[in-house]
Amino acid sequence: MTAVEETSEGAPTPSHEVLLSAQGLEKYFPVTSGGLLRRKVGDVKAVDGVSLDIHHGETLGVVGESGCGKSTAGRTMLKLLEPTGGRLVFEGQDITNLSRQQMKPLRRKMQMIFQDPYSSLNPRHTVGAIIGTPLEVQGIESKKSIRTTVQDLMARVGLNPEHYNRYPNEFSGGQRQRIGVARAVALRPSLIVCDEPVSALDVSIQAQVVNLLEDLQNEYDIAFIFIAHDLSVVRHISDRVTVMYLGKIMELADAAELYAAPQHPYTHALISAVPLPDPRLERQRERIILVGDLPSPMNPPSGCVFRTRCPKAQQLCADEVPELRELAPGHQVACHFPEVRTVV
Amino acid sequence: MSFLDVRDLRVAFTTEDGVVRAVDGVTFDVDRGQTLAIVGESGSGKSVTSQAVMGLINRKSADISGEVFLDGDELVGAGNDEVRALRGRKMAMIFQDPLSSLHPFYTVGKQLVEAINVHQDVNKDEARRQAADMLDRVGIPNAKARLDEYPHSLSGGMRQRVMIAMALLNGPELLIADEPTTALDVTVQAQIIELLRDLQKEFNTAIVVITHDLGVVADVADVVVVMYGGRVVERGPVEDIYYRSEMPYTWGLLSSLPRMDTAGQRLNTIPGQPPSLIRLPEGCVFRPRCAYHTYVPGNRCDVERPELLPVTPRHAVRCHIEPAERRRLAEERTELPTLEETS
Amino acid sequence: MGQYIIRRLLSMIAMLIALSMVVFLLFTVVPADPARLTCAKACTPQVVAANRHLLGLDQPLATQYVNFVKGIFVGRTYGADTGAPIECPAPCLGYSFTKNANVTDLIVRTLPITINLAIGAFILWMLFGISSGIVSALTRGRWPDRMTMGFTLFVYSFPVFFIGLVLLYFVKIKWGLLPTGVDYEPIYVNPIAYFQVMILPWIALAALYAAFYARLTRNQMLDTLGEDYIRTARAKGLPERTVIGKHALRAGLTPIVTAAGLDLAGLIGGAVITESIFRLDGMGRLSIDSVLNSDLPVITATVLVTATFVIVANLVVDLLYAVIDPRVRLA
Repeated sequence: MTAVEETSEGAPTPSHEVLLSAQGLEKYFPVTSGGLLRRKVGDVKAVDGVSLDIHHGETLGVVGESGCGKSTAGRTMLKLLEPTGGRLVFEGQDITNLSRQQMKPLRRKMQMIFQDPYSSLNPRHTVGAIIGTPLEVQGIESKKSIRTTVQDLMARVGLNPEHYNRYPNEFSGGQRQRIGVARAVALRPSLIVCDEPVSALDVSIQAQVVNLLEDLQNEYDIAFIFIAHDLSVVRHISDRVTVMYLGKIMELADAAELYAAPQHPYTHALISAVPLPDPRLERQRERIILVGDLPSPMNPPSGCVFRTRCPKAQQLCADEVPELRELAPGHQVACHFPEVRTVV
Repeated sequence: MSFLDVRDLRVAFTTEDGVVRAVDGVTFDVDRGQTLAIVGESGSGKSVTSQAVMGLINRKSADISGEVFLDGDELVGAGNDEVRALRGRKMAMIFQDPLSSLHPFYTVGKQLVEAINVHQDVNKDEARRQAADMLDRVGIPNAKARLDEYPHSLSGGMRQRVMIAMALLNGPELLIADEPTTALDVTVQAQIIELLRDLQKEFNTAIVVITHDLGVVADVADVVVVMYGGRVVERGPVEDIYYRSEMPYTWGLLSSLPRMDTAGQRLNTIPGQPPSLIRLPEGCVFRPRCAYHTYVPGNRCDVERPELLPVTPRHAVRCHIEPAERRRLAEERTELPTLEETS
Repeated sequence: MGQYIIRRLLSMIAMLIALSMVVFLLFTVVPADPARLTCAKACTPQVVAANRHLLGLDQPLATQYVNFVKGIFVGRTYGADTGAPIECPAPCLGYSFTKNANVTDLIVRTLPITINLAIGAFILWMLFGISSGIVSALTRGRWPDRMTMGFTLFVYSFPVFFIGLVLLYFVKIKWGLLPTGVDYEPIYVNPIAYFQVMILPWIALAALYAAFYARLTRNQMLDTLGEDYIRTARAKGLPERTVIGKHALRAGLTPIVTAAGLDLAGLIGGAVITESIFRLDGMGRLSIDSVLNSDLPVITATVLVTATFVIVANLVVDLLYAVIDPRVRLA
């Protein structure tokens, strides 16, 4: 199967200006012992040295399995969690150590869409209030004009503006997710982190929300960090994709290239594990089944964190941490023995 | 007759808001050694169907009718105790979320032994031995030590293996798996699917997989049943469903899926959302979201409920569109007409 | 677990110390002069001064507190340097002028009655409350459920003194089912008198709690019955009585039983109203009397005793929970 490269019509091509740069970003959570003196016995290294650049208007997909740190990375990049190491540069400004007060004006430009449409909306607030609050907090508009703006937004995301005063429980899952999208877009941010925005939705609704996100991106020139475990959705929506494992980046490349010619053994396993909705193809595909379980993030393996489950692991992998190196233009791999394999 | 034969199964719940027809005339069958997938979105009735087969629906709170034949024995009309004797022995079920499906207060071993003791008269040591053997069989290392662990200390994949082991302990001939891999990571999902496949080969079990994941279906199913609004809307061998489907809902589902092997243009969507089971439309249950009703003369789709009719001896479809016309549309499927998006 | 217990015990002790200081200060720094409060009507400045010295109230606060604490461990003698010293053996919780007795003696006399009242009521309310809650949950929506919940709401809307008085009037006076004029005697001395005296206060006190726990149990059981592991238990083919008895009850009742422990401890503070109505000589009545008489040492002591029970109960309940629910990791 050849990958057909096509961008949506009329989409602005992502500029090469860097919007957000994460350099060696770390987020460690301390773990204390249960003893009398509560010593710190270690850290959960949720994000362990992540370096990424996100450009204006592009969609960067972040995939990985549970415990890989992608959600934590997303939140840390927005400074919803304070980084414990590394640097964050947003629009040329170093924001790593900015206080909450100092971050406030920047928050207009960075927003988030959450996974669970049932718990991410305050059930006691009306839809109008939910979408309008960011506008109020940032002091952008007067109360009167907020209402009009909110109703315009509701119409834009496919909701009935007359439902302004309804409560979240009167809407379906897909509609609630649209509310979340409207809220995120209200301030016209330059960056939105989408944390599993469609996983909790029915298949036929997922497509609607994905299309909506793409439309909004084209219209308002928003950059997305799209975090998901569903590799098919990520492939569809992303310009570039990065694969994470135990807090580190294993591979980073253009979407088409990552799926057509992945080089990291974990990426091979991941992609080969995803079943295609195509029975004939499925029965012919090569399956790479990983053995063993995910190691504890408190005690990651030495050297390459993936080595305990890697079919190719050798002594070098235990001794030396593989650097993330650019093996082809725009294609970075952190592996001592990378190999191009087509597994789709 | 097939090993599992479900005929016109109906399950209705009376609630304050009205009668919920969760399952509205479902018919399908599965043979030993065969895997049937029931595909549907939320509210399609797929889970309720499987629970009705297992006899897990409380007869006092629901109206159940129709027939379910398991190896010749009819279950809907049978007594509670009769069905209970089969549950966990001849037919077994595994569920979606293994963490919440295992009792948090009891060790894995206790729960496994309990499953054995319901149906077999063995002493404790023998039961434990069987339990450890089965854990080993499903690929859990250190099986004996695991018996004394609690569910929350195992990983998601291991817990699902424990659930599978628990279901298999008494040698069931029918295994129903309700979204068995939805809560799992994709690499673990692949392991579990592989495990189920191996076990089926070994024991010749009939397997019913309930899922919304069309990739998993393509991977495991021999026969597929597509459910919508409590009804079967299409049924047939897996290749017929994926390559020769003749039901607009299935077309919509398949074309709304993003795929890894092709970079898509805009995804085709099915506008609107799944129906409320209380206010089901008269006529075809899919009509409000169907872009093809214009191919049916008059307003037949609005008022008349289509029957499930065979296209080939093994492939049946519930749709009013004239078969020849439908086949033509199926072939042209890449250019779907669009319905205005409604919320 | 052992380390956890040690840490909790230490913090418990710290809390008790802090509590004793706060209580001590509160009542010693009260605007009224504690020495004046000791002599009610027959107060002349000389008597007040003499009492002040006797009770050591002329000492600095810190010394007073130290003496108080010392008294708890080794006992103390009030007015050792006067002609009429008062002996207060360990554990000395103070001296009450209104009752002319060591507070410890007062508590030793009244506490057992309160404990008997509390435990008896506890057993009654747990039995009735929980079983009706279970029945309600199992027959949800049907008449046993509606009846039980209606009944509990009915009972719950009456204050305890009303129930107590109604019971007293009808059972003892109108219908003469129980003899009047019987005094409390410990169960091992005169069991018949014991039950005759205690049964009505038990019922009055238990009624409210039973109503509350019936509702609580019903809700908790309904939640538990909706859990996935109950579905799994049924799928295994277990008979319904095992599903309810072994799987649902254990998970559903755990939070209730543990919460009840705390309620029980709180009752030790004295079911004041119940004791007053039924004229039981318990710690609740002692507290009320001491408040009405501004008898500070007694108030201080009863507060401390109650607080100790509650703090200990907290620890026991937490440990119990950890034993029953393996997911609870005590940190």
